[in-house]
Amino acid sequence: MSFFEIKGLAKSFGGLMALYDINLSIEKGEIVGLIGPNGSGKTTLFNCISNFCTPDHGQILFKGQRIDGFPTHQICKMGIARTFQIVKPLKRLTVLDNVMAGAFLHTNDEKQAREKSLSVLEFCELSHRKDMLGKDLPIADKKRMEVARALASDPELLLLDETAAGLNLKEIERMLEIVMKIRQSGITCLVVEHVLKFLMGVSDRVMCINFGQEIVTGKPQEVMSHPEVIAAYLGAEYAKGRLH
Amino acid sequence: MGREPIKYIIPGIIAVALPFVLPGYYVHMLILVLLWITLATSWNLLGGYAGQVSFGHALFFGLGAYGGGLLFYFFGISTWWGMLVGPIWAVIVAIPIGLITFRLRGPYFALAMLAVAEVARIIFNSWTSFSNGAVGIMISRTWGGNKLPYYAIILAIAGLALYVTRRLVRSKFGYYFLSIREDQDAAEALGIPSTKYKLYALIPSVFFTALAGAFYMNYMAFIQPDVVFDLTDISIMMILCVMLGGAGTQWGPALGATVYVLLAECFRTIPVIKEVHLLAFAIIIIGIIMFLPDGIVGSWDKVSRCFARPKAAAAGAAGQYEPGPEAKEGLRKPEA
Amino acid sequence: MSLLLQALVGGLLLGGIYALIAIGMTLIMGVMRIINLAHGALMVMGMYISYALFKHFGLNVYLGIFVAVPALFFVGYILQRFIIRRVTEIETVLPETQVLLTLAIGLAIIELLRTIFTSNYQTVEIPGVSDNAFYFAGISMSYAMVIGFAGALILIAGLHFFLTGTDLGRSIRATAQDSEAARYMGVNTRHVTCITFGLGSALAAAGGILLLPAYYLYPAVGNAFTLKAFIITILGGMGSTVGAITGGVLLGIVESLAATYWSMGYQDLVGLVIFLLVLVFLPGGLQTLFKRK
Repeated sequence: MSFFEIKGLAKSFGGLMALYDINLSIEKGEIVGLIGPNGSGKTTLFNCISNFCTPDHGQILFKGQRIDGFPTHQICKMGIARTFQIVKPLKRLTVLDNVMAGAFLHTNDEKQAREKSLSVLEFCELSHRKDMLGKDLPIADKKRMEVARALASDPELLLLDETAAGLNLKEIERMLEIVMKIRQSGITCLVVEHVLKFLMGVSDRVMCINFGQEIVTGKPQEVMSHPEVIAAYLGAEYAKGRLH
Repeated sequence: MGREPIKYIIPGIIAVALPFVLPGYYVHMLILVLLWITLATSWNLLGGYAGQVSFGHALFFGLGAYGGGLLFYFFGISTWWGMLVGPIWAVIVAIPIGLITFRLRGPYFALAMLAVAEVARIIFNSWTSFSNGAVGIMISRTWGGNKLPYYAIILAIAGLALYVTRRLVRSKFGYYFLSIREDQDAAEALGIPSTKYKLYALIPSVFFTALAGAFYMNYMAFIQPDVVFDLTDISIMMILCVMLGGAGTQWGPALGATVYVLLAECFRTIPVIKEVHLLAFAIIIIGIIMFLPDGIVGSWDKVSRCFARPKAAAAGAAGQYEPGPEAKEGLRKPEA
Repeated sequence: MSLLLQALVGGLLLGGIYALIAIGMTLIMGVMRIINLAHGALMVMGMYISYALFKHFGLNVYLGIFVAVPALFFVGYILQRFIIRRVTEIETVLPETQVLLTLAIGLAIIELLRTIFTSNYQTVEIPGVSDNAFYFAGISMSYAMVIGFAGALILIAGLHFFLTGTDLGRSIRATAQDSEAARYMGVNTRHVTCITFGLGSALAAAGGILLLPAYYLYPAVGNAFTLKAFIITILGGMGSTVGAITGGVLLGIVESLAATYWSMGYQDLVGLVIFLLVLVFLPGGLQTLFKRK
């Protein structure tokens, strides 16, 4: 029994098939990357997992239990947290309060939640921002706050949706360090990314999808040099001359 | 925590002593102020903190009032029992309504509540055998012209409403309400069951609104559907109070309510303006929306934050705490 | 049977005029995404202008349209330009502020009208029209309603051609679909939104005046019409001309049936209940019934 498994997932919007027969299994402690050109269905997949949309077919299993169709908040309670591609800070709350909103998941005590939040902020190197309002943060900090908030809910599986997008090199490096720390603390991650430097540095395995279908899954190097993957990103012409 | 009660002792003493030194008319004004403080504070729980703006809270005020009224009308029981029955049956009615309307977002929720309140008004007006119709229900006042006991009761109610608000806001409930308000989807992704918590905000909000209604029945000794279920004079004015003072703040609604009652009284006593008092209030609402959208207390924070030392966004966020040394430094040091 | 037919026909005629009134709201909602609770008030303002002209100058209300409608266009334009637009750009604690704003504007307008004209019910007499009716197959149709219905159809058709055939109309539709993209394409969306609000108000006024010979006029009647326009807008789907007509006719017929078979007093109740049902079960309008996946 896999830690997390997606079987035969399909989702269409109107006439458009966003996902078709997606299969993926993730072992505990892994970091799996998910890549694909824009519009390939990556965010739809995340949305299906966290039930912001309901899959048409297929199953999603977490620790052996089916979770597809469960309400979003319940999925979080069961141990799956996510960040959003377009960050969703709680704008008029402070950073600390943002994170506390996540921390309250497993406690009713304000002090406990605060302690947990402060330590998560420390972990994500955001302690110096804790009193700033969510809307006043620069983008890199907003992204880290998203991660911190998700971490505060004590997930076993963390879905990271393009956390490196829009960040400069230094910020990407910092984010990378944080994700490695997250893995070290025992949390499994599924990471959607465009920024290859980030993805390659972080993933144990990578799955590439295009037009809602899986192209290939395997070790990062294998996937990146797979001709179909190259074709998907750069066009068939390029695939003929291999790009390293 | 130990310093808090002291802050309230002096105002508390004043509040208790006032009715003994002031003539009856002023006590009546104070009672109205406290009534509206209760209404504004209860609306604020659902609308200001949880972000579920209802244009139909008059529904609960009316149900509270008629709770007692109907007991008297059908069974001859004292309307004081309405103080118990009113809030309870209002909450019972509110829950299924909430479960249905909470599926609607933003303005549609607001308008759905408006519609429900109007439906109630029409029903109470037309179904004469149920509610005695548009004529209303009249009782004789328990304490005649003596206002002191009424003052004590509404003071206790307002105080309780403010206290409950404070306790809720500073707890997990408060954080969850605000999260739902700011971004419901993000809140759900953090494990917050939004419908459940909207109900948790709805229930005390309805309870106190209805309790105020039940008090109204006992104090005014006369209610009519067109008064207690009124859209403009109750539902909208509740919102005016909260907006004027500052939605999502502890004291904003109370401040707004005080200003509102005083203004309304001024308008009432100046002959020319009396005719157009609704027009005046409409213009005030427009003015607040255009120029002071966060209300007096809400904008106060903005102003004081510019001058004071970096504090947590005091009244706008849940919880208050002392910022650590890093916070003060972090906001002054240039970016690394 | 003829009672039913009478109710249906009456409802149809009424519904056509309702559609004209609602089409302004649906346009405003489609283009600016704001819920205009002042719609009924603007309509009543137009009606009062026409009424005042009739009262003091004996001007036939059908001619009064030509004064009131441009006047309301102007009023609507100004409202959007200086008040409503300002608010849509502010981020505040309450997200429903726009709705509250239009509600307050509506309240202000109605109170203003009440101050000037009092709450007394007014009627408008048009000799030869107000008391006459067509008789056909056992059904009577008052002249006023038929003229109103015809006028409404003409104006709705005119609007349709305006929106599809003129540049300005196309700009309006573009802004409705995607205001940012429209701006990139050189559409002056600021101007467009003001025009739209003016147009919406003007159409509402026209509808109201067409209804005037057959209705009682009093300030608060605006609120009832705001609700009707809103129901029709939601029923018909926002921003849809055809939807407004369908919704309008549907509402007209339902109201007429309710008044005939139930009681006059419960008319408003029917409207409110329909409104709630539609909101809760058909958020996308009647179309959702047909578009089931």
